[in-house]
Formats: sequence, structure tokens, C-alpha cells
Amino acid sequence: MKIHEYQAKEILRKYGVITPRSVPCFSVEEAVDATEKLGGKVWVVKAQIHAGGRGKGGGVKVAKSVDEVREWASRILGMQLKTHQTGPEGQKVRRLLIEEGADIRKELYIGLVVDRGTQEVCVMASSEGGMDIEEVAAHTPEKIHKVFVDPQAGLADAQADDLARKIGFPEASVPQARAMLKSLYKAFWDTDASLVEINPLILTGKGDVIALDAKMTFDDNALYRHEDIVAMRDLDEEDPAEIEASKHGLSYISLDGNIGCLVNGAGLAMATMDTIKLFGGEPANFLDVGGGATAEKVTEAFKLMLRNPGLRAILVNIFGGIMKCDVIAAGVVEAAKQVKLAVPLVVRMKGTNEDLGKKILAESGLPIISADNMTEAGQRVVAAAKGAR
Amino acid sequence: MSILVNKNTRVITQGITGKTGQFHTHTCREYANGKNCFVAGVHPTKAGQNFEGIPIFGSVREAKEQTGANASVVYVPPPGAAAAIWEAVEADLDLVICITEGIPVRDMIEVRDRMRKQKRKTLLLGPNCPGAITPDEIKIGIMPGHIHRKGPIGVVSRSGTLTYEAVGQLTEIGLGQSSAVGIGGDPVNGLKHIDILRLFNDDPVTEAVVMIGEIGGSDEEEAAMWARKNMKKPVVGFIAGVTAPPGKRMGHAGAIISGGKGTAAEKLSVMEECGIKVTRNPAEMGKLLKSVLR
Repeated sequence: MKIHEYQAKEILRKYGVITPRSVPCFSVEEAVDATEKLGGKVWVVKAQIHAGGRGKGGGVKVAKSVDEVREWASRILGMQLKTHQTGPEGQKVRRLLIEEGADIRKELYIGLVVDRGTQEVCVMASSEGGMDIEEVAAHTPEKIHKVFVDPQAGLADAQADDLARKIGFPEASVPQARAMLKSLYKAFWDTDASLVEINPLILTGKGDVIALDAKMTFDDNALYRHEDIVAMRDLDEEDPAEIEASKHGLSYISLDGNIGCLVNGAGLAMATMDTIKLFGGEPANFLDVGGGATAEKVTEAFKLMLRNPGLRAILVNIFGGIMKCDVIAAGVVEAAKQVKLAVPLVVRMKGTNEDLGKKILAESGLPIISADNMTEAGQRVVAAAKGAR
Repeated sequence: MSILVNKNTRVITQGITGKTGQFHTHTCREYANGKNCFVAGVHPTKAGQNFEGIPIFGSVREAKEQTGANASVVYVPPPGAAAAIWEAVEADLDLVICITEGIPVRDMIEVRDRMRKQKRKTLLLGPNCPGAITPDEIKIGIMPGHIHRKGPIGVVSRSGTLTYEAVGQLTEIGLGQSSAVGIGGDPVNGLKHIDILRLFNDDPVTEAVVMIGEIGGSDEEEAAMWARKNMKKPVVGFIAGVTAPPGKRMGHAGAIISGGKGTAAEKLSVMEECGIKVTRNPAEMGKLLKSVLR
């Protein structure tokens, strides 16, 4: 689960992370009022959306007067902010953060993630702050320094100091950097985060160490023990189809293509998308109905796929294990009736009660195109999608 | 022969009182030598009861002492699953297979850390995996037993139904399996592709291996590089997720391309460089394997 910058900063402050003073705002008036609360002469107006790259997209502006704050706030609020992470349609800005200006001497980068190899938390730091860290990793990997944290001991002083020095903190600021890194690690661990990223972390003219930006993502599997974080979820930032899917226990992701696919199991679902692509089609979604799908779940899955007006064909690929093919077949028939299916449907079924499932489909009278294996299924659904145009 | 599990494995079900644990324990018992293999269940407050004649004990240690069990399978729900794994590890079982999906990553980091620091002998398969099967001997997990046949092919995969797909194809063209193992789709797990390849390499019955991976992490690359130097048997591969967009979690918690790493293209190219034949068509895993058999 993702949260906004201002929410991440609220959490991190509780762990002692120093951030600029700021006020989250939902209207231009609130933004103007915020300047009074904050005082000073320079403010930053920051669009709050979940995607990164907000600055480049025009969602972060420096204002040197209250009028400028009003101006930027009214331009940014409600805009479709396009960044490299939002997709071409952009994301509507509904929230702002008004923040006091900072005296930036140096911009650095800190990121925390779980490292699968060592099975520990990895703290990454770089002198190249304010930039896209993936670019840094691709072009100057030697500028990214990493330490791995012992889960029992936590981030050690020596590790934190070492990182701070490697990314160029002057000696006088090392203690502050150490405190920052240790707080970030503690916050990561306590909140079951999967990502904490400070980009940039800044060194001010006076030598202070401040988190100018903050990004946190959390392990969905651990949300049950973090009610406070769940309360920060902003559904406006999520794909409505994916929200609807999660209500029905389906794992769904919208993609750009026009061939819907309904599969049991994540690996097989990805492989099915790959097969569609292999034969010249484009998948419209990833959809894993899971191991214990019922007829109702299958119906909901069909409804989800059919929300997409560009859909040209559907491929159902089931390998029955625990899940029996006849149950899925009954679900498919029921769904096709309920949703008045207008696009071609290709079904490939294998495994437990395969024959029974095929019989149900054949006797349903529905114009279902059947396939015996994934190659046939891929070829037929791609042909059907082209024919349906 | 086989790897990890065989007809002599004696299994404790952790989570035997839940619906899932009962369903699968029942089904596993009906497979091959299952009647003799599933010897105990564990529940902290239901000791003395039984499930279909399988005695329930208060702890894994007690179950092991009373029945001679050497392995366990975990169906305990996510909040208690990591503790269940640790209980099996502390009881010094040879193998614990964790089927549970949805365990917090932090819990797994802690368990794996303790296992390493205390140099525990127990092997962990999973979590979030279908389990392991040695056809005609024993099935521990949630895979459909009837699609398997005994034979010389090893199968290892991160995903459940994609493993069944490969097994189904092999069986269809007359190639049986020595063992089929699902290592699970979570980012922090126990046995990895490389560990399973090692075991298949040392197993006299296994003649060739199908290795199925998916996007995320670098386990497949590490296994491939190991195989280039050490593997005495042909390996073929498939990687799911060529079409998966970066930054999106494709169902499995571990199936995500992040920071430009863990793409299918990268994995496929490393595997090919290491002498592993790969296919981009998942329908051809079986055929590809047949083509490399000596």
C-alpha cells in the first residue's frame, strides 16, 4: 500500500526524522492560510499524488509571496499531473502540501528496501540526491552505497556513520545523519514498510540534515497489524477496477491491451499474458482468481474485465487442481449469461474434472471457442480479438 | 530416488484443525503411501483429539517424539505462520513446508535470521508454495496428485499452477517426474532454485530438470550461474512475466520488477548464457525438455 508524502512525513516525524514544517491542504484557501501558520518568506507548493517524478511534471513549485502560493495552488489543485510513473493520462491532484522553504547546500539520497538475497533490510545511500535513483544505478552504480542490517541488532552506529561519510556529509553533520538513518530504519521496521525513500535528503547551509521528501510503501500482508496506516489509504489514487477486484478477493491489474484474461494462479496468469503477446495480441489485464474461486467470483471477474470498453476478446485459462474445472465452467456459463457477453470467449481447461467442465461448456449453447493447450488458446484468442474489430 | 520427500517421510500437519489443513491432509493421505506418511497434527489446545484418526499433539516437539515424524507442513493462517515454522525448526525436523500465503515479510526475515544464526539443520520450503511431491510415493501440499507420473524429470518452480502446467505437459508426452517442488512466490523464503538444482543434480534418478521462474529478484540468475559450472544434467527453463509492467505486483508478493531489476528478459538472457535452453512459450516446456534428453 502506498501513502502520500505528507502522510509519510507524519509517520517519520514520530520516529524523530527531521522534516521541514509543512501543512497538508485540500483547497487554495487552506494553502493561503498555511503560509500564515508557517511564517517565513518562501514556501513550496507540492502536489500530493502517489506517483514519483512530481517536480519534473510541474507539480512542485517554489513561491516567494502569498500571491504566488495562491497562484500555484490554484493551478496545481485539480490538474492532471503527468509523470513517468502516472501513465499518459496523468493523475488528478486533490491534495497539496505547503512547506517552508529550505536552504539547500547539498541533495542526497536514502532508500530502504528488503534485500531478497541476504534476506535483510538494505539501506542505500547516494550523493546523487534529487535525481531518479534508477538512472544513478544504471549509469554510475559506484555512487550508490549499501549496508545490510542485522534484524536483531538494527542499524549499527558504525554502519550509519560509514554511509553518511561515503555520501559526503561533513564530519560536523555525521551525528545528525546517523540519527536520521537510524530513525528511518526504525520506522521501516516498525511499520512493516517495503520501501522508505528520502529523495532528496538535504544538508542545509547551517549543516542540518533534513528529509525534504518522503515516500513510504507498506507490505500488504502486514496491514492487518497497522490500523493507523490503513486509515491513510487514499482510494482516489488507486485504479477503481483494482479496488473492486480486491473486494472480491481477486488479484487484478489493468494493462493497456484488448484481450482480457482470467486465470487461476499468479504464475500461470503471467504466463497466459505472455502467450497472448507471443502470438501478436496485447493483454488487457492480469487477473488471478486464486485457488478457491467460486462461480460468484468468476462472475465478478467477468464483470471487471468487461468494464474495459476496449475489450475485444476474453481468454479463460484454468489448470484445475484444488479448483475443479466443472466449478469454473459453471461460473463461466453463469457469468456469460449475466453480463450478456458480446466479445468472443476462448476457454482452455485442464486438470481436475476437465471432461466434466468441457461438457458443461459444450451444453451451455454459448458460442465458446475451446482450446486444448496454451498455444491453441493464445492463437485463437488473438485471432478472435482481431476478427471482432 | 527423489529429492526432499519420499515414501519414508513422516509428516506432521501444523494447522490440522483448520478447514484448509484438514482438506489437504485428507487428500494427501489418499495419495500413494499417504496413509502411512501423515502421522500427526499439532494444535496448542486440542492435544488428545484426532483428525480422521491422525492424533493431534500440543506441540511439534511432542508430535515428533511420539510419532518419529521428520517433516511438517504448515497451513497455519498468516499471523501465526512464521511462529509455526520456527516451532518446527526448533524441534529439529529435517524439513518444513509452508503452504500459507500472505505472511508479513518482516516475520519471514526474523525466522530466516534465527535459522541462519543458530545454524539450524531444518530446511524450509516456501512459504506461499504448493509443496513437494514425489510421484507414486508421497504428496505434501496442495498440488493435484493425479497429473503426476513417476519418472526421471525434476521440476522446480516459484508458482503453483504453472508447475502443474509443466507437470501436465511432461506427463502427456510420457515423461514422468522424480520430484516436483514449488519454492513459493514470496520475496523472503527458504530453499531457492539453486538449492533445488543442487539436490536434483545429486539425485541419481533425475535425468533433466525443468526450472520455472518469474519476474522479481535474481534467484533464477544465481541458479543459472551455478548450473553453468556444476550441473551435470540438462536444464530447461521458462520465465513468466515478459509482459508484466514495472512497479506492479503481479499477484505473488515477490513478482515485481523494481528499479529495472528482475525483468523476464534479463533472466532469460542469463539462463541462455549459462547453457539453459529456454522457451518463451509456456505451452512448450515439456517439448523443450524432451529435446534435450540424452
